[in-house]
Amino acid sequence: MQSILQNLINALQWGSFYALIALGYSMVYGVLMLFNFAHGDIFMVGAYIGFFVSTGLLALDLGGLIGLPDGVALGLVLVLTLIISMLLNTLVGMLVERIGYRPLRSAPRASAAITGLMLGIILETGNLAIFGAERLSFPTLIESQTFVLAGVSVTNKKILIVLVSILLTLALHQFVRRTKWGMAMRAMAFDYVVVPLMGISINSIALLTFGLGSALAAAAGILYGVAYPVLDPYMGILFGWKAFVAAILGGRGSILGAGLAGFMLGFIEIFVATIFPSTMRNLIAFGIILIILTFRPHGFFGEPYSAQLRL
Amino acid sequence: MGVTSDVIRTNQNIWTRARGWLRATYAHVPLLAWLFASLFSVLLETFVGIPLARALGLGKIPALFGVVLALDKPALIPGAFLYLLVIYALPISILARLVAGIANRLAAWLMTFPVIVTAIVHLGLLYANLSLWAELSDYRDLVARLAMIAIIVTLSLNVVNGYMGEFSCSHPGFMALGAYAASFFTIVLFVDENRFGAPLLPPGWGPFMFPISLILGGIVAALGALLVAIPSFRTRGDYLAIISLAFMFIIKSLFENLEVFGGARGLSNQPNYASLLVVFIWTILSIWIINNFVRSTLGKALNAVRDGELAASAMTVDTRRTKMTAFLFAAFWAGVGGGLLAHVIRYINPDTFGIRKLAEVLAMVYLGGLNSVTGSIVGAVGLSLIGEALRPLEIYKWIIIPIMLILIMIFRPTGLVAFTEFDPVSLFRPRMENRKEVDHGAA
Repeated sequence: MQSILQNLINALQWGSFYALIALGYSMVYGVLMLFNFAHGDIFMVGAYIGFFVSTGLLALDLGGLIGLPDGVALGLVLVLTLIISMLLNTLVGMLVERIGYRPLRSAPRASAAITGLMLGIILETGNLAIFGAERLSFPTLIESQTFVLAGVSVTNKKILIVLVSILLTLALHQFVRRTKWGMAMRAMAFDYVVVPLMGISINSIALLTFGLGSALAAAAGILYGVAYPVLDPYMGILFGWKAFVAAILGGRGSILGAGLAGFMLGFIEIFVATIFPSTMRNLIAFGIILIILTFRPHGFFGEPYSAQLRL
Repeated sequence: MGVTSDVIRTNQNIWTRARGWLRATYAHVPLLAWLFASLFSVLLETFVGIPLARALGLGKIPALFGVVLALDKPALIPGAFLYLLVIYALPISILARLVAGIANRLAAWLMTFPVIVTAIVHLGLLYANLSLWAELSDYRDLVARLAMIAIIVTLSLNVVNGYMGEFSCSHPGFMALGAYAASFFTIVLFVDENRFGAPLLPPGWGPFMFPISLILGGIVAALGALLVAIPSFRTRGDYLAIISLAFMFIIKSLFENLEVFGGARGLSNQPNYASLLVVFIWTILSIWIINNFVRSTLGKALNAVRDGELAASAMTVDTRRTKMTAFLFAAFWAGVGGGLLAHVIRYINPDTFGIRKLAEVLAMVYLGGLNSVTGSIVGAVGLSLIGEALRPLEIYKWIIIPIMLILIMIFRPTGLVAFTEFDPVSLFRPRMENRKEVDHGAA
């Protein structure tokens, strides 16, 4: 029982990363019907930006200047890191859209997928070329504290990660539901031939979609850095592809679906790893996904639709 | 404004005039003449290549047309350029023009026999070219074999992604199945290895049984493809992309967990059966069969399923059978390609068939062009050669190549040579004057 609870908490944390990355995929896919295969690498770039921002902020020693106690100062650094990196990574996402996707608006979707893939490789290699192969270690932004509740150990990091990711998911959901921009995005997902005629610019909506997704990816990157403080240029690949699967599993255009599917993927992976040898993790996780998709081909919350291949 | 447009016009004039001159000079040169001329070039290189390279201060023969050398030591660029000019460019361009008349008559005479005779003569000449060229360095030999395997795999992916219009990501999985099955077959039967023990059959039989092992690999891959093909009845497009992606991860993970096949360490000690000739024969076979497949009624049915599944089924196309056949057929050839690859590099592990491989194969298909056999050949050979040629740039290679691909996607979104039919017989025809093909070919 205790081990199940323990794994549940680990799975929540692991799923948070998938959920946050899957949201970006899901939005691009839902609104523009495109695969952004560079998204895993945008997550990696976000983690790196977080590393540099937080190192810079720690070096500035803002807390010391104002005279805050250490714990609060660290918290301030974490919050500032999150905000600044999310903003910076938004620019990265918009750049990816501008370079890799806007010139291909009228091209077959598969071609845009290829440019995304290639931009991802450029991000990885560029990173490797600039910072070298040695792994960077993320600075400690939270003093780790462990609470023991009913025999289950919970660290404050895990609570923070899960809370932040759930909050961001809900915030995005509200944004898409309640705001005018969100409405424009939903309209675009509904029909992207007529909506531009209503005075909504497809380019700005595309930029917004990529930017929002990248901001969430940056948040995922920083949270990942907080939990596992080792960064390397290829960390985004596997995360990206798995989050992609989670996004599709959630159903087209469903924010909550993508979030839930991300958490579910985390659960599957963690529980498979506890029951079977951990090398079987991918095998069984993807086996389960294959079975789910065979019986529910449109994901959990997606509506059946016919893919309009513009080829 | 006026000045600029004048400049552009004169430039255009030079350009069009140069093109017109080239067309006038080379329009009547048949493929046979090109093959003879390049054979001469390659022979020239065999006999005088090494002394010439030394005389030009190159040290050794520029393996891939001097590109590697030029990037490695820029000071040698003039030498490499001169070498290319003397050995390849000049002899080929002059000789092809000179022998055009004889070659035309010969080609016309050959056409009086069944097509197979012409085909064999051309392929024989092509192989003679290739083997003489590759004989000069082991590196060339390896690059040529890898490029030909890339052709097989790219063509087979084009059947699914181009002709049937799906976005299948499972090809590395099929290749892995083929590679492991073929390797297992040859290692168990013909190699004395510590994991599987003494060979079960005399190793001398090995090269003759190698086709069987490749076909076995293809069949295993095709059986694996059932896992992707059956869900494809219910779903299309993006969800199929996920299913095929999941399949790829499953296969990779499966081989990581199977200790029989060495787990994550992989299998090595494959016998050296995949010589240049063997790979060449299999490549030609695959091009021939796949080209016939996509030009057959069934191949047209693939296009029909792509352009409108409902309409196709209303027109009596059995969509299930079509999808199933296409997947199994493509997987078979991917498996054969994987088997050949395993015997060329003689070491495989699950990581060989991962996301990187997927990106590479997809790039080859979309670079060359969808729905086109010629495009696949161009894409596979082009990307393999560029990849090898840019090797001296080390990791910057992986920035240059993606940038190139992005530019190609932006300016030619369906690839370089998309949506064409490949008719080998028209390649073999003589190019006499006053023939219709001349105008047709120039258009």
